[in-house]
Amino acid sequence: MSKGKKEGLAQAKAKSTAKAATVFLLPALLLIAIFIVYPVIDTFAISGYKWNGISTDRIFIGFENWKTLIHDEMFWKSFRHNLTVMVFSILLQIPIGMLLATFLDAGGKKFNIFKIIWFLPYLMSSVAIAFLFIYALATNGGIISSLATLINGKRTTVDLLGTSPNALFTVIGVMAWQFTPFYMVYFIAGYGNIDTSIYEAAIIDGATRGQYIRHIAIPLLGPIFKTACTMSLIGSLKYFDMIWNMTQGGPSGSTELMATYMYKLSFQQFNMGYGSCVAAGMFVLITAIALLFNKVFKVKEDY
Amino acid sequence: MIITHESEQNMVALDNNQDTTIENEYRKSKIKSRIAWTIAFIFALIQLVLTLTPFFFMLINSFRKQFDMLQQGVFHLPDPWYFMNYVEVVTHGFFGFFFRSVVVVGISLVLMLIISAFAAYPLARMNFKLNPFIYATIVAMMSVPMHVTLIPIFKLTTNIGIYDSLKALIGPYVAFALPMSVFILTAFMKTIPREIEESAEIDGCNRYQNFFRMILPLSKSGLSTLAIYNGVAMWNEFAFANTLIITPSKKTLPLALGQFKGEHSLDIPIILAVLTLSVLPMISLFIIFQDKLVKGMMAGAVKG
Repeated sequence: MSKGKKEGLAQAKAKSTAKAATVFLLPALLLIAIFIVYPVIDTFAISGYKWNGISTDRIFIGFENWKTLIHDEMFWKSFRHNLTVMVFSILLQIPIGMLLATFLDAGGKKFNIFKIIWFLPYLMSSVAIAFLFIYALATNGGIISSLATLINGKRTTVDLLGTSPNALFTVIGVMAWQFTPFYMVYFIAGYGNIDTSIYEAAIIDGATRGQYIRHIAIPLLGPIFKTACTMSLIGSLKYFDMIWNMTQGGPSGSTELMATYMYKLSFQQFNMGYGSCVAAGMFVLITAIALLFNKVFKVKEDY
Repeated sequence: MIITHESEQNMVALDNNQDTTIENEYRKSKIKSRIAWTIAFIFALIQLVLTLTPFFFMLINSFRKQFDMLQQGVFHLPDPWYFMNYVEVVTHGFFGFFFRSVVVVGISLVLMLIISAFAAYPLARMNFKLNPFIYATIVAMMSVPMHVTLIPIFKLTTNIGIYDSLKALIGPYVAFALPMSVFILTAFMKTIPREIEESAEIDGCNRYQNFFRMILPLSKSGLSTLAIYNGVAMWNEFAFANTLIITPSKKTLPLALGQFKGEHSLDIPIILAVLTLSVLPMISLFIIFQDKLVKGMMAGAVKG
């Protein structure tokens, strides 16, 4: 009898917990469902249509868009650009950020002014950076061209954004300018998390600063490296704002990325059916690469 | 005796020897470290120049007349200093862009913080069957790229008639900030001792009172970190704003640059003045709240 009553009580408690949890979670779940889950599904759905985004008549064409996508040179070219950006982002931003952090960690408080100034680029929005570098790298009155003119003694133009192989690497350089401070602060936090007693023990045992950094600090930062690489990887694959404002993918597609290609198709050419297909393809590729990367690194860790 | 004396002498000699080698090594490592520091400083200075040159370029050229930029050379100080660019920018709608951004970011941020705290509370504190599943689902949403949702959200806002208004931005801004915020707040609320709630329960608080009187005030520092991170992200947000708003008088600050460039396409100094003004709020906040702001802006680093 009393056992039954106890069970009833537990059940009532579980019920009231479930009710309270529902009330608290509902707004968040609703918003996520409307603005994230539904749109992702809808993107895949729209990719089956030929649609200009405005008119009410959409023509269902099945997998036609996907067939086009697989043979779309421009899409794969954009994807290769994304991969190039990814590789150079990881090779530039993370090591430089790491070096700057090491310098600041070794120097302590008296180097604060370096830290403050080095952090400045990360305070600017991608849009502002895009506009700043359009003018800073212009052939007419830009920083580099003016410097070249000064050195050469006669009017010299260095066309960084207007010619084909240059533009992509210029964009990669600007991205490094923007994001290196992020990784710098990230690694400063990493150094801060290393127990000071480890440092003291190393110094007492006769290690120099350099040895401490090489043999103790850097191995301890391993997991942080992995996270930094993952962030850089995913960030480079969905990069959009700065490139869109700086080059719009030009000149002649040489800085086109998946996101800018998708945007151009959808909101400039109003080919939203195919634009959705590109967006969905981008989603598939990003998810696949992120999963693959995590798997490879997990294997290494277990080993 | 003699033997001991000799051995003592030997020992002294040995000691001397060791002393000089240690000294040598010390001197060597000191030179080595001095070289290392010199190289480090050279790189530090290069980085300093690389960082500051674009800012310097932006600032001095924003004080020039349109055609002085090419005539005077971009590195010369302006002659004369010309302030009308700023007057022009401020009197031609800059504050409009600014205040629209303040309104959108303010409303979105408040909504987002309340809703994410609401959601984090049961996930951190209540035992129910679906808890791990819902938590995992929300966390998984962090990795959805927003660009994938642009076309459906464009469609959605058109269908419900809020396209081309500030209202259209609030939903996506709140929703895309939620997964990470819920993730961070759930972890944060788990660190609040359970006893606090239990004693409140004994005093007769129910779950809802518990949340508003105990958990929410105690989560303040987590909420402020999230406010900084998401505030900065929303303040700079471009893709949604550019897609969902087309009327110039409704655009937010990130779109101001494009708007001014459209109107003054050849007047570079004026665009640089807009740039300087749009960067100024963040830099002033950074100078005032340095470490707090940096910490807040790094909140996204837990994503990985």
